[in-house]
Amino acid sequence: MSEAQIKDSRTEHSRSLEAQFEARIARDEKIEPKDWMPEKYRKTHIRQMSQHAHSEIVGALPEGNWITRAPSLRRKVALLAKIQDEIGHGLYLYSATETLGITRNELFEQLHTGKAKYSSIFNYPAVTWADMGAIGWLVDGAAIINQVALCGASFGPYARAMVRICKEESFHQRQGYEILLTLTKGTQEQKDMAQDALNRWWWPSLMMFGPTDDESPNTAQSMKWKLKRKTNDELRQQFVDQTVPQAELIGLTIPDSDLKWNETKKGYNFGDINWDEFWQVVKGHGPCNKERMKARISAWNKGQWVRDAAMAHAEKQQSKNLNKAV
Amino acid sequence: MKKEWPLWEVFVRSKNGLEHRHFGSLHAADAKMALENARDVYTRRNEGVSIWVVESKHITASNPENNGELFEPAQNKVYRHPTFYDLPDEIKHM
Repeated sequence: MSEAQIKDSRTEHSRSLEAQFEARIARDEKIEPKDWMPEKYRKTHIRQMSQHAHSEIVGALPEGNWITRAPSLRRKVALLAKIQDEIGHGLYLYSATETLGITRNELFEQLHTGKAKYSSIFNYPAVTWADMGAIGWLVDGAAIINQVALCGASFGPYARAMVRICKEESFHQRQGYEILLTLTKGTQEQKDMAQDALNRWWWPSLMMFGPTDDESPNTAQSMKWKLKRKTNDELRQQFVDQTVPQAELIGLTIPDSDLKWNETKKGYNFGDINWDEFWQVVKGHGPCNKERMKARISAWNKGQWVRDAAMAHAEKQQSKNLNKAV
Repeated sequence: MKKEWPLWEVFVRSKNGLEHRHFGSLHAADAKMALENARDVYTRRNEGVSIWVVESKHITASNPENNGELFEPAQNKVYRHPTFYDLPDEIKHM
């Protein structure tokens, strides 16, 4: 065979592999780490899964700020349990991402250098106790909608992590809603605090689903690969439709004068999202981007001696045992 | 010289999308032989699409005698469950 012929047959081979791969996904088969996959499928998954993992651990930072100031022991244990879950969910997702052939250190490096993104909502400050309620109700609520859809993702380790995470997360939203429910039953000042939190978190929560479908160039490919099961706009609509009645139930007003029930589509119409703000925050100019990364990097650096000491201890034990055996 | 072949634990994924599950164990001289024997012993009727073998000595197991102190801390944390939170009955999708 000539060189050109070899090249042709190689391209032919990889084309047929790719066709088989697409057919497997179309049949709803799951892809496992050692299966053949197109390089772009691997890279896209590393990007999305690690972004998801980073969001879990960075998302704990705004809440961690409130542990010592929780108003009662009941609230404190609930918040601690929630944060513990978030960090655990980060670990599930990092491990699932590592099955695609990238190391934990590389993933952290990408986060710390800003190469990898995390959900932009965590770049907003949590300024009052009511924010703990709004975050649980809205931010976790939005995350759950997104994650329930992802339980049917095509990549096995990702789908399995999502199933476990969804199961554990059901209490997060309820504890947040309970916080706001309690505040709305309290003094005028407490009611105002609850409304203020909703006012500040509502729009960033809608942004969590990402750009509109016509501005999201990767959606088509991600839907085809079943890395996404519903489009950004579909998920956002679902969130609005289920959250509006929840706000009404506790006497809070959604800060959107264009919000109106649309009988024809059996869903709410809602106002325009400020996408300039969204892109500003994504690009690093949100209220807390620098603060979050500083806290994250500082925690990582301050933990270095602990990781080193544990490893040194393990190695020492191992050599002791070896010497004993001799 | 009588040296016993080491013991291996066998994990099988029955179909893509599911975890590898522990199927049992077997003796083999090395990893390659363990994998081949696992195929013959545990997947004669298409039980799986993927096999993992790991030498049993590499598994560290918890001691059931310590189950009390190991698992009790999870039992008394009722606030980790959704039912701990009091919400109105009318609430939907939560």
